[in-house]
Amino acid sequence: MKGKQLIVQSDPWQALRSVTDARIALGRTGVSIPLAESLAFKLAHANARDAVYNLLDKELLIEGIQKLQHPLLLLFSAAANRQQYLQRPDYGRRLNEDSIKIMEQEKADNPYDICISITDGLSATAVNNHAMQLLFLLMPLLKNAGFSIAPVCIIEQGRVAISDQTGQLSPASLSLILLGERPGLSSPDSLGAYLTFNPKPGNTDVLRNCISNIRPGGLSFELAAQKIFLLIKESLRLKLSGIQLKDESAPSLPFTQTKPTGLL
Amino acid sequence: MYHYSIKNHRYTFIDLKTLLAKASPFRSGDAMAGLNASSYEERVAAQFCLADIPLKNFLSETVIPYETDEVTRLIIDTHDKVAFAPISSFTVGMFRDWLLSDAADNATLHLLFKGITPEMAAAVSKLMRNQDLILVAKKVEVITRFRNTLGLKGRFSSRLQPNHPTDDLKGIAASLIDGLLYASGDAVIGINPATDNPATTNAILQMLDQVISGFDIPTQSCVLCHLTTSLSLINQNAPVDLIFQSIGGTELTNKSFGVSLALLQEAYEAGLSLKRGTVGNNFMYFETGQGSSLSANAHGGVDQQTCEARAYGIARHFNPLLVNSVVGFIGPEYLFDGKQITRAALEDHFCAKLLGLPMGMDICYTNHAETDQDDMDNLLLLMGIAGCNFIMGVPGADDIMLNYQSTSFHDIVYLRKILDLKPAPEFEAWLIGQQIIDSSGNLLPVQNSHPLLKYHRS
Repeated sequence: MKGKQLIVQSDPWQALRSVTDARIALGRTGVSIPLAESLAFKLAHANARDAVYNLLDKELLIEGIQKLQHPLLLLFSAAANRQQYLQRPDYGRRLNEDSIKIMEQEKADNPYDICISITDGLSATAVNNHAMQLLFLLMPLLKNAGFSIAPVCIIEQGRVAISDQTGQLSPASLSLILLGERPGLSSPDSLGAYLTFNPKPGNTDVLRNCISNIRPGGLSFELAAQKIFLLIKESLRLKLSGIQLKDESAPSLPFTQTKPTGLL
Repeated sequence: MYHYSIKNHRYTFIDLKTLLAKASPFRSGDAMAGLNASSYEERVAAQFCLADIPLKNFLSETVIPYETDEVTRLIIDTHDKVAFAPISSFTVGMFRDWLLSDAADNATLHLLFKGITPEMAAAVSKLMRNQDLILVAKKVEVITRFRNTLGLKGRFSSRLQPNHPTDDLKGIAASLIDGLLYASGDAVIGINPATDNPATTNAILQMLDQVISGFDIPTQSCVLCHLTTSLSLINQNAPVDLIFQSIGGTELTNKSFGVSLALLQEAYEAGLSLKRGTVGNNFMYFETGQGSSLSANAHGGVDQQTCEARAYGIARHFNPLLVNSVVGFIGPEYLFDGKQITRAALEDHFCAKLLGLPMGMDICYTNHAETDQDDMDNLLLLMGIAGCNFIMGVPGADDIMLNYQSTSFHDIVYLRKILDLKPAPEFEAWLIGQQIIDSSGNLLPVQNSHPLLKYHRS
């Protein structure tokens, strides 16, 4: 890169980079983006692509849930592979036949309060890096509050709405699912949490609440756990979720939103 | 019921919408909806069959019932029979051949716009190769005006899109200045807000108004909030230049967006009274995209490209300044890879131009789609050659709020350079006056003392 200053026309507004993460003041060579910036973009895209095709680290999740001394189930969605998963969101929203059988065998006589599912979504990287860190904080909060929790469902190739099925089959009054969000260039490892009261297949996204952007540099694990805990408590008390459930208990917490989940 | 035989196989298509769907080039969304042709041969059989259908059949056989869908009613009720007369005896196939002939020039096509229904445009596009879509679209010059003149031949414009994940005004302003100094922003300075909050939207509008009037920039601003938010801001006398709305091709799709034709009409009438334009009064801005109807479970068995063309049937009713498809944004379950995104972008641009719209394109993709910057480079070039009115300008092509990749400020300068295109004339004169470009269109080195940089420091 020696002699770079002579070739690349730099932009004299580098200082503006302090107020945004946008790729501004890139400079140019002729009309083109300089190589260093071009490769930085390529690397970010490579990380995002790897996140989409990364696999769920099941051993890590099993080990973590055992540490919490909680039972678990290993399940699959109806999507046979990643290509199919990406093209057929409907397959990712339901369990395959074997998994339904497993859940029916394990079905409890009395409903649990909460069913927790973990699935790769669009970024297994997010789940592998962050899901257990969040659960280590969240599970004790839920257990200390006296909520009963179904065996944790670890699901491969799942989308948000698969939690309607795991919640219904457990059965549980409320279904919570942790999954990797659609990776952005700056955040290939963003974890999302969606909760649904009275989970059943056919529920639409307006019946869910979403806590988004859980990652270091986004919403911290501590705040996310607190936020999810409060929403679950309110949801079970009011017996509803979705746009009617406001997070008035914690209005100052950042990065929370109810957003459409069509892309998940 | 439609039939076509190839060798000993007789293909049957139960109605026009099925025939259109089976004639569509393959894309993942139609497959997810179960509407696609089941073999390569069936697709070509459908195309042969479609080629023989008279255009006037589209006026009697609707793809979504007239009785249950207000978009169908708009299309049928506003169809101009006089404009249609010159092509009323054509089949879809004859229409395709005629469009490619020299007889179909810009002036002739302008007289036809209101005689062509969205379904006719969709049908003929399905019989066309990519080069056909480019050749015909290139003929059509659709010019619109607000504070500048967009769509002239030899010109190529951009929407400056300085989004920020928390709508931070300093952050937005930084990207805005970056874009202006890279000669972007003649179509509009258009921001997607992170939340649809009237106070935030108003704050962004005030800031944009300050920059546009302070620097006397011949362009317009827009915050892409819901139309009802714009209406309430107009009532508060906020500086609303353009009224934005996402629209789709069926009544139910629009319902999922929280709009109806009546609401669009109400917004249009509210906008008419503002008169903030200086050289014209096109003030509506619409975004569309293949797959929105399927995503809302509102497609009624109609393929996604035909649904998309029907959205243009709505758009043209409101004399928009700008329309663009967000072609690769909706995801791989609708358009799986670079090939499908490219095809869809060319179809959307062609159909919109054939219906008389000032069509732009958000050349873009998400990270779970099977595509990359090289595919977007190819599409960028194709859109430039096809005469697309405008594309997006995003810092480094990376939208940090919407988490997808579009086109960069550099991409726009590149395209203007290699295709010898200029910005909108009024904006070009402003850029030269600001010493951002020279009279040949080359970017000039920016001094640290440039007034736009001083503005951000203040």
